[in-house]
Amino acid sequence: MARSVNNPWLSRYALFTAIATLALIALGGVVTSKDVGMAVPDWPNSYGYNMFLFPVSKWAGGVLYEHTHRLVATVVGVLVVALTRWTCGRIACKPLIVIGLLELGAGFGMLHYYPALKGAGYFMSGIGVVVLLAGSNWFQNKPAAPLVQKLAWLAFALVQIQGLLGGLRVVLHDDSIGIFHAALAQLFFVLLCAIALCTSRWWGNLSSAFAPVADNHGLRRLLLVTTLLIFGQLILGATIRHQHAGLAIPDFPLAYHKIWPPMDAASVSLYNQQRVDAADPNPITALQIGLQMAHRLFALMIFCAVVLCAWATRRYLGARHPLAKFSLGWVGLIFLQIVLGAVTIWSNKAADIATTHVVVGALSLANGALLTVVSFRVLISPCVAVQTSTTPASSPAPSGQPATSAK
Amino acid sequence: MKINPRFFIIPALVAGLQAATAADITGTITLSGTPPEAQVIDMSSQPACASLHTEPLKTQFYVTGPNHELKDVVVYLKNVTGKSTGPSAPPLLLDQKGCEYIPYVSAVQTGQKILVRNSDPAAVPLHNVDVTPTAEGNKPINKAQMTGASDIEISFPTAENFVRFKCDVHPWMFSYVTVVDSPYFSMSAKDGTFKISNVPPGKYTVEALHRKAGKVDKEIEVKDTNVKLDFTLEVPAGK
Repeated sequence: MARSVNNPWLSRYALFTAIATLALIALGGVVTSKDVGMAVPDWPNSYGYNMFLFPVSKWAGGVLYEHTHRLVATVVGVLVVALTRWTCGRIACKPLIVIGLLELGAGFGMLHYYPALKGAGYFMSGIGVVVLLAGSNWFQNKPAAPLVQKLAWLAFALVQIQGLLGGLRVVLHDDSIGIFHAALAQLFFVLLCAIALCTSRWWGNLSSAFAPVADNHGLRRLLLVTTLLIFGQLILGATIRHQHAGLAIPDFPLAYHKIWPPMDAASVSLYNQQRVDAADPNPITALQIGLQMAHRLFALMIFCAVVLCAWATRRYLGARHPLAKFSLGWVGLIFLQIVLGAVTIWSNKAADIATTHVVVGALSLANGALLTVVSFRVLISPCVAVQTSTTPASSPAPSGQPATSAK
Repeated sequence: MKINPRFFIIPALVAGLQAATAADITGTITLSGTPPEAQVIDMSSQPACASLHTEPLKTQFYVTGPNHELKDVVVYLKNVTGKSTGPSAPPLLLDQKGCEYIPYVSAVQTGQKILVRNSDPAAVPLHNVDVTPTAEGNKPINKAQMTGASDIEISFPTAENFVRFKCDVHPWMFSYVTVVDSPYFSMSAKDGTFKISNVPPGKYTVEALHRKAGKVDKEIEVKDTNVKLDFTLEVPAGK
C-alpha cells in the first residue's frame, strides 16, 4: 500500500496546493485593488452563464479579474479536497461520501425550496459532486500522522466556507463579508503551509537534527505574539481595503502633511472635496483615517518585534539554527512589506503594488506561523527540561537526547 | 346620485389661485477659484470603449463655462419635504453610452423611476449597474446588463445626496443621482443657469449643492413674482 506517512509526494502536493492558494490570494488582491469585486453580479453563474461556460469574449474589464478569481478558487477547492483524501487515506472515503451526499442533498433542497438561496444551492451541489468523487476512488493509501489529518479536514472545511463567503459577499453586496473572506484566506494559506511543513522530510528529521532545548527566554511566546500582531495587521489592512475608499491618507510618511492628521468633520469634508481621482472611490471617513494611522503604527511595532525575534533566536540558539535563519528572512520580508506599503501610497494605490503588498503580507504571516510551529517542536518548556535533566540513571533514556544519538 | 358641479368651484378656484401666485426661482451658479484640471481617462485596457470616442474622455468633477459658470449643481428647496410627486413624474433616463453614464449628475424625486439603459454596441458586451446608496430605506443594487437588455428600473424612497451608480466592468463609469423629497429642484446647465418652477409663496432655504465645490444655502421669500437668485460656490482651499 502506498504510504502517506513520510511520503515526499504528499508534501510536494501540499506545497503545490499552498502555492496555488497564494496565487488565488494574489488574484483576490487584484480584484480588490482594482475595485471590481462586484463586476460579476451573480454567483455562482456569471452573467447568467454557467461559470465554466462563460464566453471568453465577455471577460472584459473588471469581469476578467473577478471571473478568473472564481475559476482559480474552484481549482484550489478541488486540490484541497484531493489533499484531504490523500492525507487521510482510505479511511476518509466513507466520511467523504457521506459529506458529499449531504452537500448534494442540501444543494438540491436549496434549489427547490429556497429560491432566494439559489446561488448557494448550485454551489453546494457542485461541491457535493466533487467530494463524492473524492470519496469514491479506489486508491489504497495509509493516512498521514493524526495531527496532519486533522489539519487536512480543517482545510477541507475552510475552503468550502471560503467559497461560500466569496459568493455571499457578491450576492448580498456586503463589504464586511469581504473583510472576513480576506482574513480567512490568510489563515487558510497558513494552514496549507503547515500541512506542507508537517508532511515534509525536513520536519520528520527535525527532532533528530536539533535536540529539544529549554525555552528559557520565552522565544516560543515571542514568535507567537509577533505572528498574532501580523495577523492583526492583516485584518486592519483588509478592513481598510474593503472600505473601497482608496487612500484615506494620500501621503507618507506624513499624513496630510502632519505627523497626525486632523480628523474633525470639516477637515474630512475638505479631504473629500479635494479628491479628484478618476477611480472616484468612496468618500473618506475619520474612521478610515484612524485605521490607516493604526496600520502605520502597527507596521512599526511589527518591525521591532520581528527584529527582536531575529536577534533573540540568533543570540540564544545560534546563527545556524533554523529558527535564527528563518527569523532573519522574516526581517527581510517585513522590511520589504514596509517599502511596499510606502510605494502603495506614493503610487496612488497602483493595483500591482497594492496586490504585491497583500501577497508579501500573506508570506510574512505564513513565515511567522511556521516559525512558531517549529519553535514548539524544537523548544521545550524550562520545567520539562528540568524534569528531563533530573531523571534517575536507571530510568530509560528520555526523549530529547543530543543529536549524536539520533540515527 | 348626480353631483352638483358647484361643489368643485371653490377647490378649482383655490388651485387656480395657487397656480397663479406660484413663481419660479431662477439664477446662475458660478465657481470661484481655480478648479483642478480634468484628467484624461485611460481606456487603453478596453479598446472597444476607446474606439467609441473621437476624443479621449475626461473626468467631470468641475464642468465650467467661459465665465466660470458651473454645471451639475443641484439646486433645491431644503426645508420642503414630503411633497414628492415622484411616482407620477416622468422617469429619468440614465444611459450607458460610449462606456460612460449620461448624464453624469442628475436629480430625481423620491419614488420617481430611474431607467438605466445599455445603449452600447455589441463590441462592448456588458455592463453591470452597481448602485450603493447609504440612506436608510434605499437599497443597494447590483445587476448585470448585457447589450440590448431591457432597461433596469430603480427608484429610491428616501432623500439622499449623490447616490452613486457605477459600472465595475469599466471602472471609470460613474453617475450621481440626488434624490429630493419634493418637486422643487433643478440642475444647473453648462451655462450655470437653473430654474425651479411653480414654487408656492412662502419663505424657503435654497441650497446649491455640488459634489466637490460643497454647498451654499440662501434664504428667500417667494411671493407672486419670479425670484432671481445667484450662487457662487468655491473651489475648496488647497492642501
